[in-house]
Amino acid sequence: MQEGLAFTPQVAASGVAQWLWLVPAVPMLASGVIALLKQPMKKLSSGLAIASLGFSLLVALAAFGHVVSGWSNGYAVREVVNFSWIQVGTTPVELGWVLDPLAAVMLVMVTFVGLLIFIYSTGYMEHDENYTRFFCFLSLFAGAMLGVVIANSILLLFMCWELVGLTSYLLIGFWYQNPSAAAAAKKAFLTTRVGDVFFLLGIVWLFAQTGTLLFYDHGAGSMEPLALGGLLVHHSAWGLTAAGAIGLLIFAGAAGKSGQLPLHVWLPDAMEGPTPVSALIHAATMVAAGVYLVARVYPLMAAGMPAGGTTTSLTVVTWVGASTAVFAALVAVAQNDIKRILAYSTVSQLGYMMAGLGVGGVAVGMFHLITHAFFKALLFMGAGSVIHGAHEEQDIRKMGGLRGAMPVTFATYAIGMLALCGFPLFFSGFWSKDGILEAAQHWSVAKAPFYMLVFGALLTAFYMTRQVSYVFFGTWRGHGHAHESPRVMTMPLAILAFFAVTLAVIGTPAWPWFKAFLNGNAAPFGWAGFSEPGLMALMVTSSVVVLAGLGFGWWIYGAKSPAADEPDALARAMPPVWAVLRDKFYIDELYGATVIAFYGWWAKVADWIDRDIWGDMVSSTTFLFTRWARLNRFLDANVVDGGFDKGCEEIATSGGLLARVQTGRGQMYLRLLALAVVLLAAFLIWSGRG
Amino acid sequence: MIATPLTGYLLVAALIFAIGLAGALTRRNAILVLIGIELMLNAANLNLIAFWRYGPHPEMLTGMMFAIFSIAVAAAEAAVGLGLVISIYRHVKTTDLDQMNEMKG
Repeated sequence: MQEGLAFTPQVAASGVAQWLWLVPAVPMLASGVIALLKQPMKKLSSGLAIASLGFSLLVALAAFGHVVSGWSNGYAVREVVNFSWIQVGTTPVELGWVLDPLAAVMLVMVTFVGLLIFIYSTGYMEHDENYTRFFCFLSLFAGAMLGVVIANSILLLFMCWELVGLTSYLLIGFWYQNPSAAAAAKKAFLTTRVGDVFFLLGIVWLFAQTGTLLFYDHGAGSMEPLALGGLLVHHSAWGLTAAGAIGLLIFAGAAGKSGQLPLHVWLPDAMEGPTPVSALIHAATMVAAGVYLVARVYPLMAAGMPAGGTTTSLTVVTWVGASTAVFAALVAVAQNDIKRILAYSTVSQLGYMMAGLGVGGVAVGMFHLITHAFFKALLFMGAGSVIHGAHEEQDIRKMGGLRGAMPVTFATYAIGMLALCGFPLFFSGFWSKDGILEAAQHWSVAKAPFYMLVFGALLTAFYMTRQVSYVFFGTWRGHGHAHESPRVMTMPLAILAFFAVTLAVIGTPAWPWFKAFLNGNAAPFGWAGFSEPGLMALMVTSSVVVLAGLGFGWWIYGAKSPAADEPDALARAMPPVWAVLRDKFYIDELYGATVIAFYGWWAKVADWIDRDIWGDMVSSTTFLFTRWARLNRFLDANVVDGGFDKGCEEIATSGGLLARVQTGRGQMYLRLLALAVVLLAAFLIWSGRG
Repeated sequence: MIATPLTGYLLVAALIFAIGLAGALTRRNAILVLIGIELMLNAANLNLIAFWRYGPHPEMLTGMMFAIFSIAVAAAEAAVGLGLVISIYRHVKTTDLDQMNEMKG
């Protein structure tokens, strides 16, 4: 972010920044209120959710406007509001939020896409009896996600991050009566937890090294030069600097959330959740949180980067991203579930974003994140519309010819599909993917990621063509009659489709507004942007690749409408390859045979230790104590009690004897007194003589 | 005239005290017990006078003063004692001390 210094830093918090906490707080509050509503109060619950997110969108737009106006006046806006949460010993635990271009862009995207998906959900979930619960979780998710976006404290970010994970778990398992949904929810939760453990280690290490939880704190934050300089001095194992090691740990958390290899296994299974959830959480926002996290800690990742070189953590990010992009695209080719194809496509695109961050910096990765959020949400909601219209059918082999029955869905889906493929010039996906490819081409370490990403682009075009021709072309192979979805579902599709095309405007080489905005420098408009060496060649190459993928897909699958039980065209051509792809490279089976088998074995060992060692120790101790207690009872009943009873009896008897002396007759007392006096006198006289 | 020695007074006083004590301890009539107590008091008075008269400073009137005080106190005490006896008598219609065992705990 060295370019950022071209603009005057502007750090004092403005009014908008002061009130930025409302953006996550209002949906969370709404979620709390909805949680108290009764099941039949559907209108109120969805109304509250939509109104709260609408409010958040307004605040986010105001914040965005503020940042843009600051930017156009030559200020690199980074306004922070920090406060001390609790005091632990002498260390204050600090939380806070930040308003900078990165947060502002992300806020607008999340609130806008989220709002459209909320509206769409009112149609999609209309007949679900747990409608209020759905909106409660959805609101909570939106609040938590927005919390991740504005967090300026890595601890606050982590808290919201975990909340996001929780709501993801709740929403994947929304139809928990379905065992596979419950299992998918559990899988998602546990898999992301693996990454989060590393993330937490990274947080602790970062805090230990820098002594602050804040990212930006007027020069004292952990993402600012002073702290980064300190991190570069410390070395850990394998020649890594502390910055590099912490960066890798944090990236492990991001990889878990963003479904990067090898932690991607949960994301396709997460499609068991309702489709709006898949669109919102598992395509547009939550999975992008990992990418956002890497962008947020990018100064740490890039710390100590030599000119024209790269750092260890960014190299790892690039390789993981590129591998994920190709791997998931390959798997997507051989899937038959409409949502599962999109899920693998999401994994693949997240790989692109990660690779973009690795090779090209924040702006490159984030631009693809934003455009992807729009067109992938569009595709998922389109898929939801298809599923809805085809009577809850998800197998693309049992669809076909929906082009006629669902024209709006088809048109919007086609736009989303072309944007995802990166169809030349008119779709946002082309420009954002091109940015990544361009950066990868100039990457100094290796050329392989570039070729992997280009191959991924080819596959993307291919599998999307396969899906679209299965679903929308050919003849109808399902049961009943497909019907178009209600307007409440198609309207958001149309809006998203509009943005899937027009977002291209802010990221073309002619007017790289997005990049300039994020980096905090001016954005000149000029066709000269296209004349960069190699750019035209690259654009042509990627166009050719995309067209090749589309053409190849159409050549194999176009409008052929094979029967549902007929083997796939590719499966006939090369069965072994197809089997590997269909079974997702046996990653799940591999985990089943290694990690899960190990845990099963370990659980058995632990069970054995528990029962046969600890259990026996406990029961023998219990036996000993029982015996000891019995002995004590015997002693108590026969010795202690006996002695005590005897004592009491003696006291009672002697008391009775003494009581007999006390007759109540004064004269008797006097007599005793006189006798005592006489005895005393006798004693004194007698002793006086001695 | 042969002066009576101190021992004589003391013996007489001891005799009177013993008689009073015996009366106080053995009589069952409350009035007679009171009389016994009066005898013991007067035996003590006699002792006081005797010790004063044969003491080192017979010119000082200390013993006389003691005796007079003692007699005054005895008079008061006798009045109180008789008052008590009468009120007890009114209460229980007897002066027999053996029947007054209200002090039993």
